[in-house]
Amino acid sequence: MAVAARLLGFGIISLLAIYAANYGRDVPFTVHMVLVAVICGAAFLLTMFRERPIFNMSDDEDGYQMNVVRFGVVMTAIWGVVGFTVGVLVASQLAWPELNLEPFLTFGRLRPLHTSAVIFAFGGTALITTSFYVVQRTTGARLWGGHLAWFVMLGYQLVILLAATGYVLGGTQGREYAEPVWYTDLWLTIVWVAYLAVFLGTLIKRNQPHIYVANWFYLAFIVTIAMLHVVNNLAVPVSIFGSTSYSAFSGVQDALTQWWYGHNAVGFFLTAGFLGMMYYFVPKQAERPVFSYRLSIVHFWALIFLYIWAGPHHLHYTALPDWAQTLGMVFSIMLWMPSWGGMINGLMTLSGAWDKLRTDPIIKMMVASVAFYGMSTFEGPLMSIRAVNSLSHYTDWTIGHVHSGALGWVGMITFGALYYLTPVLWKRERLYSIQLVNVHFWLATIGIVIYAAVMWVSGIMQGLMWRETDELGLLVYSFAETVDAMHPFYVLRMIGGALYLLGGLVMLYNIIRTIRGDVREPVAGKSASTVAAE
Amino acid sequence: MAGPELDEVTGTYTTGHEWDGVKELNNPLPRWWVSVFYACILFSIGFCIAYPAWPLITEHTKGVLGYSTRNELLKTVAAHSEMQSEWRTKIAAAELEEIKNDPELNRFATRAGAAAFAVNCSQCHGSGAQGFVGYPNLNDDDWLWGGTLEEIHTTITHGVRNTTDDDARYSEMPAFGEILEKEQIDEVANYVLSLGNLEHDASKAAAGQEVYVDNCEACHGESGEGDIYQGAPKLADAIWLFKGDIEHIKSQISEPAHGVMPAWGQRLDEVTVKELAVYVHGLGGGQ
Repeated sequence: MAVAARLLGFGIISLLAIYAANYGRDVPFTVHMVLVAVICGAAFLLTMFRERPIFNMSDDEDGYQMNVVRFGVVMTAIWGVVGFTVGVLVASQLAWPELNLEPFLTFGRLRPLHTSAVIFAFGGTALITTSFYVVQRTTGARLWGGHLAWFVMLGYQLVILLAATGYVLGGTQGREYAEPVWYTDLWLTIVWVAYLAVFLGTLIKRNQPHIYVANWFYLAFIVTIAMLHVVNNLAVPVSIFGSTSYSAFSGVQDALTQWWYGHNAVGFFLTAGFLGMMYYFVPKQAERPVFSYRLSIVHFWALIFLYIWAGPHHLHYTALPDWAQTLGMVFSIMLWMPSWGGMINGLMTLSGAWDKLRTDPIIKMMVASVAFYGMSTFEGPLMSIRAVNSLSHYTDWTIGHVHSGALGWVGMITFGALYYLTPVLWKRERLYSIQLVNVHFWLATIGIVIYAAVMWVSGIMQGLMWRETDELGLLVYSFAETVDAMHPFYVLRMIGGALYLLGGLVMLYNIIRTIRGDVREPVAGKSASTVAAE
Repeated sequence: MAGPELDEVTGTYTTGHEWDGVKELNNPLPRWWVSVFYACILFSIGFCIAYPAWPLITEHTKGVLGYSTRNELLKTVAAHSEMQSEWRTKIAAAELEEIKNDPELNRFATRAGAAAFAVNCSQCHGSGAQGFVGYPNLNDDDWLWGGTLEEIHTTITHGVRNTTDDDARYSEMPAFGEILEKEQIDEVANYVLSLGNLEHDASKAAAGQEVYVDNCEACHGESGEGDIYQGAPKLADAIWLFKGDIEHIKSQISEPAHGVMPAWGQRLDEVTVKELAVYVHGLGGGQ
């Protein structure tokens, strides 16, 4: 019966998509409909001819649904490498503009491809994957809704595919971090509601009296992203057979809606969601209790309440009224300690286990991640101060800030979670190679440090050059001179990014070998502690 | 659920919760954390009293400092204008030659012209006024429309080949691709190269002389000296607006490209245009 329903569903969607493709008014729309038709057609045939377990692993372990998590782990690692690769490419395009290959591979089209690939493909898949794992393990209940979890996982992958192909073909809403066109937004809404249902359903049927703190953060992330996504993407399509639409808002209201969304994408996607991840995987890997239950409660509610108001700090010195700018700024400053609550709980959980920093590169990765989290959540409130912002705004300082958070915090905590999950999920004794984790740690850390330091210097230089006037109040530099001055920093930034990408490749290799069941013996000559850990 | 238990490593009790092996210690909030949090809240309250902050029904709280970003901008602009007002008044009243000959006025005009150039002109002519293909270099003495102060001032004020100013400089070279044979274009291109003693095919150039006399001489002059009154570029030198290799010269003869410059007199105030003229004139090639 379930198979029949699925066949019917895939068949109907395929036909509708072929029909829509035929009426397409622009290239992205037509290509997307063909893509949907092909994917649903393939799913139809797969469903018809065979049903087989993936990874040769049983889905039902201790009553938990785990194959969807396994799939997510692999996809997260793959999307990470894809996102970092595009990042290195766009960084190179900034250093050497000749690398802009018209029309598909220009900076304007690849930049959203990079941001969406790392935030939504890598980060989003990591969040869905780990939340499915953590919510099952900490509630003692199987995921609610049966195959609905697979619908969420695969449906989300389709969102990524539609978004990515859309950008390259020129289909975009032109809203930062909300570039996917209207029908992709609608599809994501459906997927996200299903995600909320799976997560809430699992929480409701939990076998534990309390809900673990990691799940509060995951739930806050899911609920808030749903709200942000729906409001910011309110738009009227020009045609149901075309990708273009017009926003429901205009002027400064549109800008404020966009940055209310944009900042909370950082707050609830990249902060709350990944704090959920940290709250499970750090104590698990350290084998220590969480430092303070009370702190987790207070910083959770303070963070949730304050973050949502901070968006206007993206619009300092714009048409946004001064009073709204002030509110955005003070809420950002009040956000400093609630953000640091997560850092304290993460770091202090290691008290009594600090020695593991010497022997366990996964813990090292997690600690570095939390440290970068603390650094960027201090830098954020600092940059939100209007006077600081007058120097930092529109410069590469902002790019450096985002990347110390994204590469440092989001990337490293995800790597830690993937390294923890892979041997557990595939029932391996340990990872293929612990030494390679150490290699990855250093490649990533050096890469981030180069990236962030270079962007600080170049960003502040850029801001100072823009505002430089002589004693008569006359402008000193032309814009082109400031661009010219950035070149060496752009080259260095690309090198930092390339090191980080290299680390990602090392991780992907390590994960694949672990899944295959390989174990690499430690190389002789390593320090005793490293060998002992392996 | 087990009750709270003592964590031996830290000497703290747990809350008694346990999820998948994860427990929580019952530590209080770190005191410094709470203090800094309160300090941030107090700072925020103070900031809201000082600056415009809370929306009301039809207005918003103004803040006791009377701050507004727009006023700050106006103040900065006013302060900068104040610094320059003495000089600008003098420049407004002076003739171009007077500005050039008064060392102090000249120094200010050049500096202010450089700033205006960085904002308005460098996009096409380059930060150092070195030009690009299709955009003239302003450092040399090869002028399309004349290199005296007055001529430069007129060119900047009215622009070149734009549609907004009736007095814009205007010239248009015919597309000789429709008039001459391919061979003739090749020959005349070689003749043009020979005018500046540049590398060329002598036999073709000899044949091209007649073509030149019949078609080009009227504007570009007998020896390719150009004519600033028609905007006909000088050909007897090594300076080229659209690249100087034979292929580009042939293409420019067959299907000439024509540059456009806005009428800056419609965009900038009179003083700034004067300053720009003095700056460009002083770059090295002014006549």
